[in-house]
Amino acid sequence: MMTIEEFGRRLRAGEVTSEQVTEECLQRIDADNARLNAFITIMGDEAQRRARQADRELAAGRDRGPMHGVPLSVKDLLDIRGVPTTAASRVREGHVAPHDAPAIARLAQAGAVFLGKTNLHEFAFGTTNEDSAFGPARNPHDPARSPGGSSGGSAASVAAGMALATIGTDTGGSIRIPAAACGLVGLKPSLGEIDTAGVVPLSRTMDHIGPLAQTVADACLVYHALLGDPAAIAPAPMPVTGLRLAVPRPFFCDLLDDEVRARFEGTLERLRGAGVHVDDIEIHHAREAAPIYLHIVLADAAAYHATTLDAMPERYTPAVRLRLEMGRYVLAEDYVRALAGRDVLRREVDAALAQHDALVLPTLPIPAPLLGESTVQVGGTADPVRNVMLRLTQLFNVTGHPAITLPCGVTSSGLPCGTQLVGCRAQTDALLRIALACEKYISVML
Amino acid sequence: MTIDAWLQAAVADAERRGLPALKALLEALARATHALRAADFNEHANR
Repeated sequence: MMTIEEFGRRLRAGEVTSEQVTEECLQRIDADNARLNAFITIMGDEAQRRARQADRELAAGRDRGPMHGVPLSVKDLLDIRGVPTTAASRVREGHVAPHDAPAIARLAQAGAVFLGKTNLHEFAFGTTNEDSAFGPARNPHDPARSPGGSSGGSAASVAAGMALATIGTDTGGSIRIPAAACGLVGLKPSLGEIDTAGVVPLSRTMDHIGPLAQTVADACLVYHALLGDPAAIAPAPMPVTGLRLAVPRPFFCDLLDDEVRARFEGTLERLRGAGVHVDDIEIHHAREAAPIYLHIVLADAAAYHATTLDAMPERYTPAVRLRLEMGRYVLAEDYVRALAGRDVLRREVDAALAQHDALVLPTLPIPAPLLGESTVQVGGTADPVRNVMLRLTQLFNVTGHPAITLPCGVTSSGLPCGTQLVGCRAQTDALLRIALACEKYISVML
Repeated sequence: MTIDAWLQAAVADAERRGLPALKALLEALARATHALRAADFNEHANR
């Protein structure tokens, strides 16, 4: 599927129309959704109506900017007016969104065309997309495998050419994990930059909205539209020579699949070859990120779900219900300890970035796992799939730093691997300029 | 409350509520709570 940038060039050159490309996406959805289960709701008629409107506006001289007429998919956790927001759960049966979420309203204002709502791990509370009232989404690179999660249907939709880009949410890695598993770019902006109203929450203090896209430039365009800046074009890349990147090697490189490690080390070599300074550093309390994250997300999620856990427990998938119930047992004193730990981690990541332009680390320690796998063997030990998949991403939800994953090659089985760049808080644009500079050295076909 | 006492009470409550499958998850949470409480950033009233 063409990128958003290419679509924009061809649209304005009169080579394609939004209606044609939207129809092409809908045809791919029609052909492949039964196999991949990426979409929960397909908005075919509404998408065609919006696409025709975009074409009419352009013909009349009204150009809304780079997202004008771009067909997108949206994780079924964000409200689109008049459409159910299922959160992939039977708990939400009968819901119809009365308003657009502010993020959706901004994309609509930018001229985007919504193709439909995508599958996810129920209530965004998982990393594999297996626990969904609508069945698991599947990875286009190998349908026996998970597309990652929780925004798994979103990632699958772009990787399969059903949409030019997609909107996801990320509370512990739910944009970056599926982007890495499906070979895409995934951006978690800085905490609080994009309004999360109209999004079914998992943890209100760690939820983020962001794009999954085919390139960094496309992610920039969607990100700026989400910010309410629809005319913004992708910024100029930062000069690559002289960039200072830091690898937080202890903990983040301790437990990696051999092929993921090889792809990551190859990425570092290419970056060094391009003139990037790469230093090893340590984030002292990185090992505490998982227990800190767990105590915050469990308690936040349990508070939101308490009423429905009591009133309609049978409507949750069994595994998600149990995890939410676990959160009801977190003690207040431990929640407060986790909040204190969050401040410590935030300062440590800030300090690591004081001497460097960005951190660089793998995104996902393993390639996409097989659906149904509960544990995975890495480095000689078997660990729960969920813990392994969250290991390298959750820290930056705790601290709020912006992070982006870029594809960095594939395993011998053809499964994508991802490299993550992490920037300074409230400096997502600077991170994007670094990612633009590094993309051609990270995202090579091996 | 010690973690052992908390875990014992939590497992008993989960079983009373008909959720025996929670036991394994609560044991995992107890291990995470041990790690959280052992972290050197925690404050202590006597220090």
